[in-house]
This record gives sequence, structure tokens and C-alpha cells, in this order.
Amino acid sequence: MPDPAFRPKVLITKIGLDGHDRGSRIVAAHLRDAGVEVVYTPPWQDIGTVVKLAVEEDVDLIGVSSLATDHLIVPKLMRALREGGAGDVAVIVGGIVPDTDEKMLLDAGVSRVFHPGNKLDEIAAFVHATSAKVRASRFPSA
Amino acid sequence: MNKPLPHAIPASTGEANVRWSAEYAAQIGDDREVRNRSGIPIKPLYTPLDVDPARFDAEIGFPGQPPYTRGIYPTMHRGRTWTQRQLIGLGTPATYNARLRDILDQGGNAVSLIPCNSVFRGYDMDEVDAELLGTCGVVCNSADHMAACLDGVDLARTSCAMNDPSPFTLLAFMLDTAKRNGVPWNAITGTSNQSDYLSHFVANHMFFRLALAGARRVLTDHIAWCGEHLPRWNPLSVVGQHMQQAGATPAEALGFTFASAIQYADDCVAAGMSPDAILPRFTFFFDISISFFEEIAKFRAGRRIWARLTRERYGARDPRSWRFKFHGQTSGVDLTRQQPLNNIARVTAQAIAGIFGGLQSLHTDAYDEALSCPTQFGARIAVATQNILREEAHLTDVIDPLGGSYYVERLTDEMEAKVLAVMADVEAEGGMYRAVESGYVQRRIGDSARTFQERIDSGEQTVVGVNRYAIDEDASARPALAKPDPALMDAHRADFARFKAQRSQDDVARALAALVRATGETGPTRTNLFGAIVAAAAAGCTHGEICGTLRRELGFGHPLVAV
Repeated sequence: MPDPAFRPKVLITKIGLDGHDRGSRIVAAHLRDAGVEVVYTPPWQDIGTVVKLAVEEDVDLIGVSSLATDHLIVPKLMRALREGGAGDVAVIVGGIVPDTDEKMLLDAGVSRVFHPGNKLDEIAAFVHATSAKVRASRFPSA
Repeated sequence: MNKPLPHAIPASTGEANVRWSAEYAAQIGDDREVRNRSGIPIKPLYTPLDVDPARFDAEIGFPGQPPYTRGIYPTMHRGRTWTQRQLIGLGTPATYNARLRDILDQGGNAVSLIPCNSVFRGYDMDEVDAELLGTCGVVCNSADHMAACLDGVDLARTSCAMNDPSPFTLLAFMLDTAKRNGVPWNAITGTSNQSDYLSHFVANHMFFRLALAGARRVLTDHIAWCGEHLPRWNPLSVVGQHMQQAGATPAEALGFTFASAIQYADDCVAAGMSPDAILPRFTFFFDISISFFEEIAKFRAGRRIWARLTRERYGARDPRSWRFKFHGQTSGVDLTRQQPLNNIARVTAQAIAGIFGGLQSLHTDAYDEALSCPTQFGARIAVATQNILREEAHLTDVIDPLGGSYYVERLTDEMEAKVLAVMADVEAEGGMYRAVESGYVQRRIGDSARTFQERIDSGEQTVVGVNRYAIDEDASARPALAKPDPALMDAHRADFARFKAQRSQDDVARALAALVRATGETGPTRTNLFGAIVAAAAAGCTHGEICGTLRRELGFGHPLVAV
């Protein structure tokens, strides 16, 4: 049963070169209203900054928005998270991601790729469930 | 022109209208309220009662005459159809040149160059993740690269839109190409697209940005320099497209765009330029959504507002200052990943709205844009769509064919009022510069984006294949991302490293030092910054070096984001 008191903590960000942030802003605002604690960054974050933020803020999940091929460096982010001691943080990607690249991202350890047409509630439900799993693995006795 | 309107209200209209209203109410059942994307309530029927024939001369008039509601030229598309300007950009300069020539052969008649995101962001190819090079635009970092991009293009006869945010290095590189080809600068035509720095803070944080004050200075210098050296070039394109794609309603997008245009014109006038010297070279760039009549009314209202604004606010006397010239791009946000071929139908409807709206230049999106950068197959269909609309569909036979429609005229009036209200809101915030600095515009666009998404999620707004009529699809039928050939990109990087090692380092150092000096000068006799950039490009400086220098001297423009 989902714990009604459980409040996921997530980081919504954009890495790489592109700055189209309509998607990341809408998703961040919706998650916030759906009971999620959201750490939001503007676009253009370095991978190192994202890892640092994820560790310092102790987030359960990172949502990366990519609309102009920046998803191609998400595998670098996954590697950097593992090396930075944050390998247990779940990562989801949303935006324009071709099918062939979706497979590449899932193989690299991304939990899920959301596409245009996925509903905000669907994203929120996945974030809740996945964050709960991450938190449970960190505090197995709780 | 004082002849009575052919459809002046007949005496029986009132009675017939009452009868129709009763019959409509009896038969429609539960009539839901309909509003367009800008929030204007839409009635089921418009009649002569919705238009005031006494306002015909002042508000509607004739094409080529103020307030230009029916078009900015007397002949409009019957005389000369729009410019077919497809955005192109992928891979290396040689790849770009091949795609460009293909599109020009297929019916395109103007150049639009989209550089790689690394270029947009102000970096050379050796400063960014190699995975991202050339995936969304051409990697063009130097005058040599531009010469390769435009190889075989007659710059004296082909209008070139450079998607070239401040500091306009692509134009500087192009001027060098023109010089090499013996084309005089005063013959060059085209537009500095993406020169609207305010829109880059408001909407898609995609471009190289100086801090607001520096960006303001570079743009004002750019407009002044082009006025002196490039009489046929449009140094400013004020962009509503970014804002509408980011979620602004059509009325908000147009209102914010005019608010930006006012800011730029005010800045130019403050710098000593005369309104009639600059306003004829202001152009606009808009999104065309699938909200068909709303878009047509938006463009008609836009012409009317600009014609009045330029005369009333700036005292412009040259009719060229009054004409609202715009490029339209079909809306990518309306396209779907699901059942992607359906996007051809969407693009067609959007393009017709733009054509009926009286645009001067059109880009039609490729159907596969919601999946990846357009494939050649997709790009060709987008060009063919324009060819069909222009030459098969008889859309251009009549000027402003929807003019006089009770609905379209009424909606034009209502869109105009809505847009003027948005402009007044910005004025109350202290003008567009201040409204962007404070985050007001960003917040408003973010709210509208979310409202629209919620309408889709709730099913109130149908999106075929997404929230209705979904079918199981074979994902393998979708095109893969068109990625640049890694071998070509590696060779391009090696060439660039060689070029940087072999050029005259003294010339480069001197040109960059002159640029630094120019940023430090103040007062009316200071060096024009864009002039220094043109000189730096000719001296062999790269895009990243010029942008890096300005970033250090004038400060970097961090996103001003509001959630």
C-alpha cells in the first residue's frame, strides 16, 4: 500500500545545450501540486552539477527533460551518478526521444522514458512509485 | 470609398435571428461553452449584427492601405506568393550544403540556416560534448565553414535568413563569404533571425546570451551597423514563435511580441536613430497553430495594431514603417509522435491559416519533427505541401479571402482587443525589458502552458492519436533520429583544429583585443560592437572566440526562470 505520508523528493533538470523548458516547467509544477518535493534547475546544467545537487539534496529521482538530442549524454550522467555515490537515484527522461535511443537509455539504466502524449498524472504516479522504491532500498527497516 | 457594403444589415435580420436563436437553442441540447486558445468565447453563428459597416473604411479597408488589415501590399499573394523558406541544419557544412541544394531544387527559394545547438549557445565544436555536435543543426564555427555551407548559392539573388542570435557571428561569416564571391554587401538580402534577445530570456533558453544589458547594447549596435552597411538586410526579427511554442496563447504571443518591438524601437530611438530609418527593417516571426481562425484573426489584427502603433507612438511617415511583415512557421508543439503521418494534415491546416493570414514567408514543419530532426523524406514532403497549396489549391487567387466574413472580422476585432490588453499589462510592468527582468512574462507563459496541457490531459482539447483515436502502432515504422555521420564529424573537427593552428595568430589576437577595447568604450563616438565583430570574423576569429570574449566582457545571461 502506498504510504500517504510519503513525500518523494525529485530533481527536475536539463543537461547539455538545449534550453527549451516548457516540458520541464510543466512537469515540475504538476509534481509539486501532486505532493512531490521538487528541486528545479534552469536548463544548461553540467553533469557534475546535477550529481552534486542530487547528493546534497538527497533526492530519490532525477527527471531529465530533453527536446533536442541532449538525451545522448544521459549515459554519461548515469556513469557520473554511480561514480559520485548516487547510483541508487532513479533517473527518468522525458521529451523527444526516438525509439532506438530509448532502448539505449534503458540499457544505460534509465528507469523510464516519457514521450509527448504521456499524461502528467501518469508521470506523477510513476515518480511516486519509483521514489518509494528508492527510499525503501535506502531505509530497509523503515 | 463610400459605397454601401453589399451585406448591409437587412431589416428582416433581427426577426430571422430571433427565430434562428430559438431553433438553435431547442435543437442543440446541452450547448457547451467554446473558447479559443486565447480565451475568447466563440459563438455558434456570426451575422451582420457582429460587424459595424460604418467601421469598414477605418478598420478593414483595402490591401496595401493602412491599417493593412487585408494585407500590406496591394497585390499580396496574387502578385507574388510567399517566400518558401525551409529551416535546414544538420551535420557538417558539406552535409548542410547538400540538403540546402536539394531543397532549393525541390521548390524552396530562400536560405534558412540553423546552426548546431553548440553554436546557438556560443561555443565552438571543441568546447562541447562531441555526442551533441550536428544533431540539431550545422556545425558552423568560422568564415570558412560558412563559405562551405553556402557553396553554389548566389548571395546577390537569394534571401538568406541566418538563425543567428546575438552577437550575429553567422552574418559576419556570411559577409566574408560575400566578399570572397565578389558580391557587394549592399546587394545582400535576408534577416537576422533570433536577434530578439528578450524572447530568448522569456521562452526557449536556447541561445547564446549576454546578460540583459550587454545583449541590449549589441543588438542596438547591430541595427545601427546594418542600417549603414546592409540597406537590404533586416537586422531585427521580433519573435512571437518562441513564446507561443513555450505556451503563450496566440494573443499573448502577439502582445508580448509587440511589447518587445516597442522596447527595441525605443532603444534605437534613444540611440539617435530615426523611426523611419529603422522600422522598415523590423520583421516578425510567428508560430501558426492549428487553431485555424484564431491564427488568421491574429495576423489580421497584428497588421492593424502595427500600422497604428508605428504612426501614433513613433510618428513614422514612411509607409514601409507601417507594414507588418512576418514569417510564419507551422507549430511543432501541435505535432504528435503518435501516428506521425497525421502531422502532414496538421501542417497543411496550419499553413493554410498562415497563407490566409497574409504571411510573407513560410516554413512548413516536416511530419517527423516530433520524433527527431527531419529526415530528407520528411523535409521533401514539407516542401511539396507548400507547392501544392501555392500552385494546386487556388488559395492565392483572391486577396484576404476571409475578409468580410462576419466571424473573421469580429474575431479580428476581439483578438486585437485581447492583444492590446496584453500590451497594456506589459506597459504597466514598466515595459518588456523590465517585465522580462522581473519574470512577469515567463510566469504568465508558464501558467498558460500548464492550462493548455491540462485541457489536453482532461480530454477537453482533442489531440488525435494521443487522447482520442489512439491505435497500437508499430514503433519500428517510425524514423530513427537522423544523426550526422561520425566519420564526417570527426574529419570536420580535425579540419577545425588544423585551421586554428595554421591561421595568423597575430591577426586573431589583434581583432579580439579590438573587440575587448570596443566593449569598454562609452559615449556617442564609441566603436560599433558589431563592426568589431565583422572585422574579427574576417581576421579568422572563430564563433566561440568572439562569443567567449563578449561573455567575459559583458557578462553571461543566466536564465531568468520562474516556475
